[in-house]
Formats: sequence, structure tokens, C-alpha cells
Amino acid sequence: MRRLLNILWLGLKELRVLRADPVLLVLLAYTFSVAVYSVAHGVKMEVRNAAIAVVDEDHSDLSRALRAALLPPLFQPAPLIAAAEVAPALDAGRYVFILQIPPRFEADLLARRPATLGLDIDATAMAQAGNGSTDIQQIVQQEVADRLGAAAQPVRLVTRTRFNPNGLPEWFTAVMQVVNSITILSIILPGAALLREREHGTLEHLLAMPVAPFEILMAKILANALVIVGAALLSLLLVVRGLLGVPLGGSLALFLVGTVLFQASVAALGVLLATATTSTGQFGLLALPVIMLMMLLSGSMTPLESMPDWLQAVVQVSPATQFVAFAQAVLYRGAGVDLVAGRLLLLFGLGGVFLGAALLGVRRSLARAG
Amino acid sequence: MSPAAALRGVTHRYGALAALDGVTLEIPGGVMAGLVGPDGVGKSTLLALLAGVRRPQAGAITALGADLCDPAALAAARPRIAYMPQGLGRNLYPTLSVAENIDYFARLFGQDAAGRAARAAELMRATGLSPFAARPAGKLSGGMKQKLSLCCALVREPELLILDEPTTGVDPLSRRQFWALIDRLRARRPGMSVLVATAYMEEAERFDWLAALDAGRVLASGSPAELRARTGCDTLEQTFVALLPAARRAGHRPVVLTPPPPPRPGAPPAIEAHGLTRHFGDFVAVDGVDLAIPRGEIFGFLGSNGCGKTTTMKMLTGLLPASAGTARVLGEDPARGGDARARVGYMSQAFSLYGELTVRQNLELHARLFHLPPARAAARIAAVLRDFDLEGVAASAPDALPLGLRQRLQLAAAVVHEPALLILDEPTSGVDPVARDLFWNHLLRLSRQEGVTIFISTHFMNEAARCDRISLMHAGRVLAVGTPRDLAGGRSLEESFIAALEQAAGAADAAEAPPPAAVPPPAAVPPPAAAPRPARAGRDPRPILGPMLGRLWACAWREALELLRDRIRIAFALLGPLLLMFAFGFGISFDVEKLPYAVLDQDQTPESRDLLESFAGSRYFTEAAPLATRAQAEEALRAGRIALVIEVPPRFGQDLRRGDAPEVSVTLDGAMPFRAETARGYVSGLAQSWLRARAARSPAPRSPEMLSIEPRFRYNQAFRSAVAILPGIIMLMLVLIPAMMAAVGVVREKESGAIANFRATPVTPLEFLVGKQLPYVAVGLASFALLVLAARLVFDVPVRGSLPALALGGALYVLAATGFGLLVSAFVRSQVAAIFAAAILCIVPAVNFSGLLVPTSAISGAARAIGLGFPASWFQRISIGTMTKGLGFAELWTSHLVLAGFALAFIAAAALALRKQEP
Repeated sequence: MRRLLNILWLGLKELRVLRADPVLLVLLAYTFSVAVYSVAHGVKMEVRNAAIAVVDEDHSDLSRALRAALLPPLFQPAPLIAAAEVAPALDAGRYVFILQIPPRFEADLLARRPATLGLDIDATAMAQAGNGSTDIQQIVQQEVADRLGAAAQPVRLVTRTRFNPNGLPEWFTAVMQVVNSITILSIILPGAALLREREHGTLEHLLAMPVAPFEILMAKILANALVIVGAALLSLLLVVRGLLGVPLGGSLALFLVGTVLFQASVAALGVLLATATTSTGQFGLLALPVIMLMMLLSGSMTPLESMPDWLQAVVQVSPATQFVAFAQAVLYRGAGVDLVAGRLLLLFGLGGVFLGAALLGVRRSLARAG
Repeated sequence: MSPAAALRGVTHRYGALAALDGVTLEIPGGVMAGLVGPDGVGKSTLLALLAGVRRPQAGAITALGADLCDPAALAAARPRIAYMPQGLGRNLYPTLSVAENIDYFARLFGQDAAGRAARAAELMRATGLSPFAARPAGKLSGGMKQKLSLCCALVREPELLILDEPTTGVDPLSRRQFWALIDRLRARRPGMSVLVATAYMEEAERFDWLAALDAGRVLASGSPAELRARTGCDTLEQTFVALLPAARRAGHRPVVLTPPPPPRPGAPPAIEAHGLTRHFGDFVAVDGVDLAIPRGEIFGFLGSNGCGKTTTMKMLTGLLPASAGTARVLGEDPARGGDARARVGYMSQAFSLYGELTVRQNLELHARLFHLPPARAAARIAAVLRDFDLEGVAASAPDALPLGLRQRLQLAAAVVHEPALLILDEPTSGVDPVARDLFWNHLLRLSRQEGVTIFISTHFMNEAARCDRISLMHAGRVLAVGTPRDLAGGRSLEESFIAALEQAAGAADAAEAPPPAAVPPPAAVPPPAAAPRPARAGRDPRPILGPMLGRLWACAWREALELLRDRIRIAFALLGPLLLMFAFGFGISFDVEKLPYAVLDQDQTPESRDLLESFAGSRYFTEAAPLATRAQAEEALRAGRIALVIEVPPRFGQDLRRGDAPEVSVTLDGAMPFRAETARGYVSGLAQSWLRARAARSPAPRSPEMLSIEPRFRYNQAFRSAVAILPGIIMLMLVLIPAMMAAVGVVREKESGAIANFRATPVTPLEFLVGKQLPYVAVGLASFALLVLAARLVFDVPVRGSLPALALGGALYVLAATGFGLLVSAFVRSQVAAIFAAAILCIVPAVNFSGLLVPTSAISGAARAIGLGFPASWFQRISIGTMTKGLGFAELWTSHLVLAGFALAFIAAAALALRKQEP
């Protein structure tokens, strides 16, 4: 009871300190609103809004039809450019794809002579280059078949996409950006707050009172959880669902439980990093790589399946990896608690390990400082 | 002699609070002038205005004849005024050595190398710091820090020396040495004016001229003798009280000592220690201390700065484990952290409450953590607010309060739970005499009426005399214990204390207090370069440019030294990016492989199996156990076990043979659209090649495909992820790490107090910022070189285009990134906000909007605008262009130009945001 009360009072203090820094509050709001919206709205890993141009040396009905078939939302309207512009345009990164239609293209096909289309791809734009070239080839094949009446395919391949029938990227990006925001904030805020207490001597002062290190760290973690999870929830409801129109399937209550566990485990990691450093400057430099690793290798940016096996195994100990999988299961696939209980347990366990290590670190760092 | 400074109608407000209220005062020149008065009456504000570190709000202020309200005149006067701010060595750089600290200030004033060395040697000799020239300032004792601080102030040969409570928290011996030093310096430079704020009345007694302040107004000024005569008091301490307005004086009662209660036989002592010892590495901080303090006693703990008093107290509170020996506090071992802690009140030497909470909230927090019942807590908080005269500031944040009031708050917090034992580490340092008497009356009442044991350390000898018993500590050992009368041995307590310390220290201290004769004549040192006069500057640009570069270089040199002393920061800055390059170089790929899939084959004919085998053999897919029903398929997808289901309908084989074009349906998990899209591409590709292979096998081959499409993957024929991703990783790392390093650069000094040096010296914001920037740029460039090298050697991604274009781009980019960090740093108030802002403001655009994963040509809306408004997207063009596209300046020069623009804009904005003077 005393412990819980101590955590409550210290947590309250934590919230007051947070409220006293207007810069922090503005940044918090920015992270969960503008950042989420602009990333989800403007950035698409999938082939969306891809920049494409056409070099038409045929000037036939077919070549015009091909150009017209490259439609939004996959592609931006394709301008016509001259053959000489191809190399500079790719160098400057103006287009990712350039479709080159040779002279006499339509005539050759009508005469049943082989004809070859050129497709230049800026392969430095990996995310779009692979899938985009597949898409373009299919569109072109389809368009040519429709126009010239090719034989019907012997098998009809019908693909359906579950959980996001139209394959809308923002459904995914928006929620993942919220996850990334939680990661960044949960590492930095509690960790930096702990270092601030150490640099200002308040941590030592608390420890001279009948307050245990566990209570101090727990108060930090829980107070930040309240703020960050609260902001994340608002962001999901107002920005992701309201502004971006992403339907959030599944149980929001279950998602909330997972978010709290995730946030707390990341906050424990942040606190652990803080005990491993001696100044805020060091902490910032240590926290950045950890944040980047957790963000970019969690499966929220690129698919987990594309990593080497050893790396896939390593990133399983990152709370972000577990939570990204959890969030996808609950919010998109509507998975119930039975399917995600394992990940929740793992998040809890990871948080416990980080907190335990941080508790050891607090005592050690104080004894070292003298 | 003309006045050193004059104020006319000067008013200065912090919000609604007027720190100075229409002050008109003329401070005589060439003498020792003192400012005395209670805490928070505006002494520090007045000194800060005269030193030019605060911006005047109203009234006229002149110092040394210069109008300080005129920025140009102030800039010209700065080299002639030296300022030593409040706080033990707060303006020193703790990782720099004594000599380096002095050298930095000398560099700021444009002295040449020989002159600097001679001046530093002279100052260190005069202050007795020579033997410690190489010791980091952070490891000096409080008294030595103040001497070093003084050296730093004197390095410029000032005409006006402003000292804000220079001896607060300094032991009597060091204090005496400090004033002897000032006397010698004045003897050598008779023209120098010295203006001191002090809380020690016995010090003020020695000054030539005094001004007593209260509530932002001047009560009286004149020589100590005049003031005493005017009030008819014997001592200055009484004079001071007599000068106070009647309302304030009413609360003051002189401390009346009462004898200690007779010891109760058989009662266990409150504090008991045997052979208490603490090592830090080789250094023995506390060496076999024995203590036995009976309950109800006031026990004074005296000793020189750095003698182990604080360490002993920390062991008694359980904050530090003892290396050897035992301690019992209220019958318990403090290291076990038992219930005894709830009955102890502890006050640490430095302010250690929450500056962001109000005074009342801080007290509430204490009451709650000691679990006082709410009604009791409310009563106690009201009582301590009243007792320590804090009611007027109950709603203020301690950050905004002067030192003395903060100390009172700490005391109030230490007693709010009515502890049985108080451990107080220099509780009255920086507290004015009236408040100190108030406080001692409380201590006596607690001890005599409530039986509270008080263990207190102090540097005030009149306080030591009020203790029941005192102990004298030096170099980790207790030299003597006894009643003040016994230890004084007929002399004054201060005399005998100093004698004991000098005897104990022996030869070491002899070096610290050399006879005045040891000071070389001033002629031995060339006078420092005169301040650049604007008139002369008009004819010859060098006198301006030279000192400008000199100050810039001084800042760079000092920042570089601090960075070099912090190896961990450099290691993080260099290794972090490399580690991330390895992780991402191997880990980020768009080549989705081994997608788990399952089949629902409702046909089970050779045709269906043939089709499905083409999937099983692909490196893109990994087959999971086949499914029997659609419900199973649904369940497997929902659980995320598989990424897609291939469903072959009944009669597939039959329909295929008949040419009825059967339908194969593929259901994808669309939770991650990118993965679904890639999988769809793979599936249709595999289906196409299966069909072609089947057609080729069929007895009647169809006509060959007429249309072929020839994809040419430019720049990266092998379509390797590393080629595409590494330039982006370099882009990412070169903005994140340098910006983060620079982001704490300025705000760290704001928190530590070293920013006062920037405010009090002629260094301009631009010199200060660019100087700070240079070492971070150097680390950024080293990191840049390592990353390019690692890309070449580890990932075989060479620079195909122009290396100079990449190098110049990298340099401009790092300049822009560090400039951005400094801009953040100039803006924010805390390091927490700085690293948070740097992280968020860099990560979001650099990861998402700058072409790391998604080409900038496909980014739209606000995202595009944010991306273009941040340097990362421009450097991405250069890194991708030179590393993979084989480009050079001809194609990329616009990006270079834009980066240069960012670099200039950020540093200019930071210089504007960083105000030279505090409001």
C-alpha cells in the first residue's frame, strides 16, 4: 500500500514536471498529429503516386493507349519526354520509371512481328522499383492483349486481399507511425527525465527518503505511460480514424492493453539506457541508434521476412517488433486475445528484464558518483 | 576618484515580482564596496545588471563611465569588467584542468600564447593553485573552485571586479586566504574597484563602503563605521537588523542559547559510527571516523571543503555504502534502508528539490512520501511555510527564487515530517543573517523541546559556537571532538579552527597561502590587448577580425577539449552510425523472401499438384502445412501464421484439360500492404511462367510471344538492396548524430551555469555558436569518412561519381545538421527538451520524407514540403548521385547550394535565438 501510494505521488510529481515544459508538450502534440498525418498521407512504400514518363517514338493509337493506361493511384500522370532526356531525368531522380515505346511498335505487333518495349527503372528507388516494374509489365500486357485481341489465358488467377481489400497504404502507415512515435517518446522521455534527476541531485534526495528505487522508476514509467498512451489513443481516434479515415478493426480495449505493455517495456529500456550513461549528452547519442534499430527493423517499415534469418531472430527481443506484429493482428486482422497472448507475455517479460537491469544500474551509478 | 558604477531609477521585474524597485545608487571607485541584505532583495540582479549579463529594463546604468543600456558602449566596456557569478564554481568547466580553465578565459580576451602562459602561471602562483594546475576543476574542493573562478575573472586585468557571494559555502581557512588574495591584488592594482555581495557580516566589516538592500530598495549606504554610528549598534550584524523596516525586524529574535538536556543514562545514541571508511578508487574520502551522538544533541560537523563531511553524511543516510566500518542511525544500519529513514530529515548541500514544482508542491510531495495523514500534512505545511517565512513565495517555482530562499525551502522540506534526527549538510550556506537566526531558533526549539537530534555541518563559526558539541574534520579524519568552548581553547573558535587546519595540512597548505612577497610585480606581465575601439576598427579591419577569430577559436578549443575528455560521447558518435549501417545494410531489403503460404487444394489432381509445386520450389515462398477447409484458411490468415492462401477449386484439372479456364484464387494478408503487393507480383509471375512452361510442354506449341518488355534496372543492375539503401543510411546518420551532439551544446551550459561566461565576456553569439560547432563538425566528418569507407569495404558499394562532390556535400550537410542542433539548443530550456526535439524533428523528415525508403518523387502534400524544407532530402540527392549514379558537381551543384543555404540559415537563426543578455 505504501509502495503504491509512493508510486502515485511520485507519478503525480512526474506529470507536473512534464507540464512545466511547454516545448515538450508542443513536440508531443506534433509527434502524434502532424507527423502521423503527413507520413501516412504523403509517404507510400507501395507503388502509389509513382513518377513515370513515356518516350513515345511510335505515336500510334496503341502507344497512346499504353500511356493512358498508366493511371492513378499507382502512377502520376505520365508526361511525354524525348529520348535524349531519359538519362538526365533519371540522374536527377525526376522519374522512377521511363517506358520507351520504339518506332513502328504497333505496326510490328499488328504484323505479328516481335516488338520490344524498353522500361528504364531507377533501381536506387528499391521500394517502388521491383513492384512497380511488375505492375507496369502487367498493365502493358493487359492493354496490348485487350487492344490486339490475344488468346484468353488458360487459367484465371483471382487475387483477393483480406483485411485491407483495396491495399490502401495509409491504413498501415498511419498506425505504424503511431507505433514509431510511441517508441521514440518512450525511450527518450523517461530516460532523459531520470538523468535530469540525477544531474540535479533530486534522485539522491529521494533515495534518502523512505522511497525505493523501484518506486521511483515505476512512477516514471507509469506517468509517461499515461501521457504517451493517452496521446497515442487520441492520435488513433482523431488523426488515424477521424482524419485519415482508417477503419480500426478488432478490439480497441485489447489494443490498449498491448499498448500499455509495449510503452512500459520501452520506457523501462529507456530508463536502462539512462542508467548506462553519465550525462544527457551521452544518453541522446546512445538512444538514437536504439530508436532507429527499433523503428526500422520492427517490421513497421519493411517486411520482417526480408531480413536475414539471424537478424529476424535478434529483433524478436525488441518490444517494437513484438508490438508491430501485435498491432497488425489486432487492428487489421481482428485477432482476439488467444492469438496474441504470447506476444503480450513476451512484452511483459522484456519490460521486466529491462526494469530489473535498470534497478541494478541506479544503485551502481549512484555509488560511482559518490 | 570617479564612481565605479552608478544606477539611477533602476527597476527590474521578473514577471510581477520587482527585484529592483527604483534603485538610485552611486558606487565609489577604487575601493572595496559591498552589497548586503537579506535573500532575494535584488543583490544578484543588481550585480548582473552591472556585469552586463542581464538586459536593463528601466532606468540608467553606468559602469566605469560607460552607459550599459547602450549595446555598443556595453560591448566596449565588457573587457574592463569581470564578473564571478554565484554558486561554487558554477561557471567553471569541470572536465577542464585548472590551467585550461584559466587559459580559456585568457583566449577569450585575445591574449597571445606567451602572455597567456605567463598570466596563468602568475595567477595560479598568487592563489596557490600551481600544484593543482593539471587537476580537473570538477575535482577541486569548494574553496579551490572559488579561487579558480577568481583567477578566471582576473585574467583580463579588470578595472571593475564584481563578485556575487564569492565565499558562500567556503571554509574559514579558504575564506581567509581568498580575502588575503583580493587584498594583495588590490595593493598591486590600486585603481581596481571591487564590488561584492556577501552574507558574511564579519567580511562586510572589512569593506570600505557598504550598501544595505531590502525588497529591491537601498536602505542605507556608507562606510561600515558610518552605518554603525547611524544605528548606534556595535556590530554590523546588529546594524543590519536595525536598518530593516520595523515590520521585518519584528520577526527577528536573537538566538538565545539554552544548555543541552542532561544525557539520559542508558539511552542508545542517535548516531553511532565505528571506523567508518569510504574509498573512491585510490582516494580515501573518509578514513576511520568514530562518532557517538546522543539523542537531543546539536552536533556540529566542521572541516575544510572536501574533507569528507558530505561523504560521511551520505553514508549515515544510506545513500552510499561504507567501504569499511559500521554505522547505526536511530538503532538501525542505514545501508539496509529500513524504517529509520522515515524518521530522518536530510538536506543535501546542493539544491536538490524540484525546480519545476512550486514551493508548496515540493512540500506536499515530501509530506506524502513520508505518509503524513492529509490533515496533519496540511497543518505541517502551513507551519513550515510560516516558520521559514516562505508564505509569500508558496506558489513560486524554486527555479525562480534566489539561493537563500531555496535553502530555506530545503530546510522546510527536511523538517516537514517532524523527524527524530536531522542530517543537514551546510544548510545555511547563502542564507542571510536574519533568516539564519530564525532557523537556529527553530533548531534549538526542536532539540530542547522535542528532543530532536541534529547533525549539522557549517562554515559559519558563530553557528558552530551554538552547537552542543562540534567535531573538526580534515582529509577524511576527525581531528578533535568537544564543546565549542573546549575546542576554542581561549581563542576565538575561528582562530583555533584555522590553526588546527593549518597544522593538519602542513606543507600542502603552506603552498596554498604564499606570502605576498611571492607575487611578482605586475610589470612582469604585458598588459592584455586593449579592447578593440570601434573608431580604430573603421580604418583597419584586422583589430576586429583578429579578436573575433580568436574568441571563436577559444570557444572551439574549449568545446573540443570537453568533447575529448568525454570519450564515451565520441565513441557513441562514431560507432553508433557504423553499427546501424551494418544492421540496416544487411537488414533493410525489399527483396521479400520466404513468405509463408498454405494451399487449399480441393482438386488433388496432377494438374493442381503441378501448379502448386511451382510455388513450393520458389525462393520467394515457404510452404506451411496444407489446409483442409476455408475456415482453417481464414484462421491461419487471421493468426498471421501465413501471408497468403492459394485455393485450387474442385475440378481444376478437368476444366484445365477442357480449356474451360478454371479460376485459381489467391487470398493475401493485406495487413501490410507492401508485403501483399509484393506477394501478388510474385504469384502472378509464377503463374505466368507455369503457364509458359506448360505451353512449351504441350504437343502443339503456340506461337511465340510477340510482345516482350525489357526492364533495365539502372544504377543497380543486380538490384542489390545495399546499393540502394547505404547512401540513404549515410544521409540518415549524418543528420541524426551531429544534430544530437550539437543539441545539448548550449542548453547544457544553461543548466550548469557556465552560460554566464558567454554573457559576461565579449564573445558574440555567432562566435560562441560557430566555435561550439567546429568540434562537432569534425566528429561528423570523421563519422562520414568511416561510413563511406565501410560502404566500400564491407558492402562493396564504391563511390562511382565525383568524390569531391560527395565530400563537399557531406561537409555542408554536417554543417547544416550541427547548425540545426544548435538552433534547437538555443531555443529550449532543458536538455530533456533538447534531445527530444532533436530526435523528433530530425527522425521524422529524415526517415520518411527524404528518399530513404520512398523516392522523393513519389512523396506528396505536406510531407513533400517538410522534406524539401530539411537538409536531409538534398544530401540524399548528393549521396545517391555520387555513390550509385556516377554523378558530379555538374548535375548536383544546386543541392550543394541549397545545403550551404541551410547551414547559414540555421546558424544565423541560432545566433538570433541566443540572447547575449538574460531578461
